[in-house]
Amino acid sequence: MSLSRLPDAISATNEPRSRAGSSLVQLTLVRYREFLREPEAVFWTFVFPILLAAGLGVAFRSQPAAIMRVGVPRETAGAEELARAVRSDPRLTVDLVDGNAALRRLRSGRILVIAEPDGRGGVVYHYDDTNPEARTARLMVDDAVQRAAGRPNPVPVRTVPVNEPGSRYIDFLIPGLLGMNLMGSGMWGVGFPIVDARRKKLLKRLVAAPMSRAEYLLSFLLSRLTFLLLEVMAVVGFGYWVFGVPVRGSLGMLALISLLSSLAFAAMGLLVASRVQTIEAVSGLMNFVMLPMWIFSGVFFSAERFPEVIQPFVQALPLTAAVDALRARMLEGSPPAELAGELGIVAVWLAASFVLALKIFRWR
Amino acid sequence: MTQGAAIALRVRGLRKTYRDVVAVDHLDLEVQAGECFGLLGPNGAGKTTTIEVCEGLVEPDAGEVELLGRRWGAHSRELRERLGIQLQETQLADKLTVEETLALFRSFYRSGLGVEGVIALVQLGEKRSARVGQLSGGQKQRLAMGCALVGDPELLFLDEPTTGLDPQARRQLWDLIENLKAGGRTIVLTTHYMDEAERLCDRVAIMDHGRIIALDTPRALIASLGVEHMVEFATGEGGPVDVQALSQLEGVRSVRAENGFYQLQVERLHQAMPALLGELERRGLPLTELRTHSATLEDVFVSLTGRHLRDE
Ligand SMILES: Nc1ncnc2c1ncn2[C@@H]1O[C@H](COP(=O)(O)OP(=O)(O)OP(=O)(O)O)[C@@H](O)[C@H]1O
Ligand SMILES: [Mg+2]
Repeated sequence: MSLSRLPDAISATNEPRSRAGSSLVQLTLVRYREFLREPEAVFWTFVFPILLAAGLGVAFRSQPAAIMRVGVPRETAGAEELARAVRSDPRLTVDLVDGNAALRRLRSGRILVIAEPDGRGGVVYHYDDTNPEARTARLMVDDAVQRAAGRPNPVPVRTVPVNEPGSRYIDFLIPGLLGMNLMGSGMWGVGFPIVDARRKKLLKRLVAAPMSRAEYLLSFLLSRLTFLLLEVMAVVGFGYWVFGVPVRGSLGMLALISLLSSLAFAAMGLLVASRVQTIEAVSGLMNFVMLPMWIFSGVFFSAERFPEVIQPFVQALPLTAAVDALRARMLEGSPPAELAGELGIVAVWLAASFVLALKIFRWR
Repeated sequence: MTQGAAIALRVRGLRKTYRDVVAVDHLDLEVQAGECFGLLGPNGAGKTTTIEVCEGLVEPDAGEVELLGRRWGAHSRELRERLGIQLQETQLADKLTVEETLALFRSFYRSGLGVEGVIALVQLGEKRSARVGQLSGGQKQRLAMGCALVGDPELLFLDEPTTGLDPQARRQLWDLIENLKAGGRTIVLTTHYMDEAERLCDRVAIMDHGRIIALDTPRALIASLGVEHMVEFATGEGGPVDVQALSQLEGVRSVRAENGFYQLQVERLHQAMPALLGELERRGLPLTELRTHSATLEDVFVSLTGRHLRDE
C-alpha cells in the first residue's frame, strides 16, 4: 500500500462536473436504485395489487343464474302433480322425498322451499323469509304453480339480459385498487426513504454538502412519475387484459387523474415524514392517516353506503375523490368537466400538504 | 489555499446549551491554514457540538464563526463548496455501491476530484462495486472520508474518524490523513484517542465540559507536565505504601494513589526506578505489577482533570 504518490492523484484529477453528473440526475438515480434494490417494495407496489385484483376478481365473478331446488313431500296426495307443475320452470328442480327428509334439507339449506299440497286444492310454502334467495324461489315456484293451473298473463313481457363489462364487481374494483395503490406507493415511496435518511443522519450529511434541497425533493417527484406510469399500466393493464375491464374516455385524462392523485399522496407522505425521526413513528403515523381512507373511501364497496352524517368527511378524503374520479372516467367515460369537483379536492390536498410540509420540514 | 499564516477558522465566544446542559461554554479557537488541529476530550466534552456549529449545521446560542474569511448565512453556498465534512454518526445509503455514493456526492460540487481519484485516494478500488451495506467499519469510514474529499475541500472537518475501528484500520486512516496534510489542506478533527492526536495534530485543544482547558502542540502540552515518564505499580496483598515516602524518592515529582495502584510522575527514570525498587525492598513489599511509559496527552488530561479520557 504505497501512499507516496497519492497527493499527485488529488491535484491531477481536479475536474468540473459533467452534465451526466448533474445532481438532479444523480439524486433521481439514487431513488430508482434504492427502490429497485428493495425487492419487497417492488412486490408491494406492483405484484400485490395485481394478486389482490386477481383474487377478488375470481371470487366475485358473475355467475349464470343458479338452479333452485324445491322440496315436495312424497307422501301427500297430489304430490306428483305439484312436482310436475314446478318442473315446468327449467330454473327449478324438485326433490320428491318424504316430509321429514324435506324438512331436514330445508334446515340445512340444500333446498330453499318446501311446496306441500294442502289436500283441498291449495299449496302451502315453507321457507325462510329472511333469505332473499328463498324468497325468490318461493315466487318462482308460485308462478309456476299458478301458470300450470291456467293463470293468464295480462301484460306481455320480454327480457333482455345485460352482462356488460363495466357493471361487474371487478370493474368497480380495479379503479379502487388503482387509487389505493397510488395512495400507498405515493405516501410510503416518499415518506419512508426520507425518515430512513433522517434516522441515519444521511439527510444531515447531504445538507452539509452543497446539495440543493429543492433538487433533493424534486428527485422524489421525478422518480414517482416513472413509477406511477408503471403502476397504472400494471393495474389497469391487468384489469383490461384479464377481466376485460373497460377504459372509457381518453388515456390522457386517466393519466392526469392518476398524476394529480399520486402527487397529492406524495405530498401527504412528505408531510407525514417532515419531522419524524424513527421508522416506528412514521409507520404508525402513516397507518393513522391511511386507515380512514382504506375504510371510508370506497375502494372495495361504494362510499355512499356510509350514513349521511359522515358523508361530508368521507367525500373530503383525497382517496374518495381520486377513486370516484378514476371510476367515473374508466367506467362511464365522464367528461373532464364532471370531474372538476373531485380533482379540486385532490388539488387542495396536494397544495395544502406540500406547503405545510415545506414549512415544517426538518433536515436533521 | 496555502496563504502562509492565514486563519482558516476563527471561533469567538461560542456558546451552545441544550435545555439545562451547557454543551459548549464560551469557546475561542483559531486554526491556521494548512494546520491539522485536534479537539481532544472525553465523551460529552462538546467536541461534536463545536465542530457542527463550525460546519453550519447547529445554530449557536452566542458567538461568531468565521471560516476561510466567510460566515454562514450570506456565504453558505460558497462555504459548502469549499468545506469537506465527515459527521460522527452518518450511515450512508446501504443499497448504493461505493462508486455510486461517491458519484452522488461529487455531483453536488461545481468542481472537485474525479470519482476515480477519490477511490484511489481512500483505497477502495477493490470495493468500488460493493454495496455500502457490505463494507467493513474501516471501509465505511474511508468511504465517508471520500465523500468529504470529492469536493476538493480547503478545510476538512473530521469528527472521530477512527472511533470503533481496529488498530490496522485506524493506521490506514492515519496514513490517509497524513497524506491530506501533506497536500496542504487544513484539517480539524476530533478524537478521544490521545495517540491519534499526538501523531496527527500540529496543535491540540483539550476540551472538557464545553471548555478548552489546554491548547498547544502535543509536544508542548506534554512538556508542560514537567515530567517525562509515568511509573505505575501495585503491591497486591502487600499492604499500603506510604505515599509521602514515595514522593520523597529521587527523581519523583508527584504521586497519585488510586484503588491499589500507585502512579509516579517521574522526571528522571534512571534514578527513580532503583530508588523505588530499593524502597519497596526495605519495606518488604512485593511488586505485583509494574509499568512505565513516556508521558502522553492522556497524562496531561489526567493531571488537568483528575479523570481519564475514556472510562476503560
Ligand atoms: N441534540 C442534543 N440534545 C440534547 N443534548 C445534546 C444534544 N447534542 C449534544 N448534547 C449534549 O451536549 C453535550 C456535548 O455533546 P457532544 O456531542 O458535543 O460531545 P462530544 O464531545 O462530541 O462527545 P462524544 O465523544 O461522545 O462524541 C453532551 O452532554 C450531550 O449530551
Ligand atoms: Mg462527538
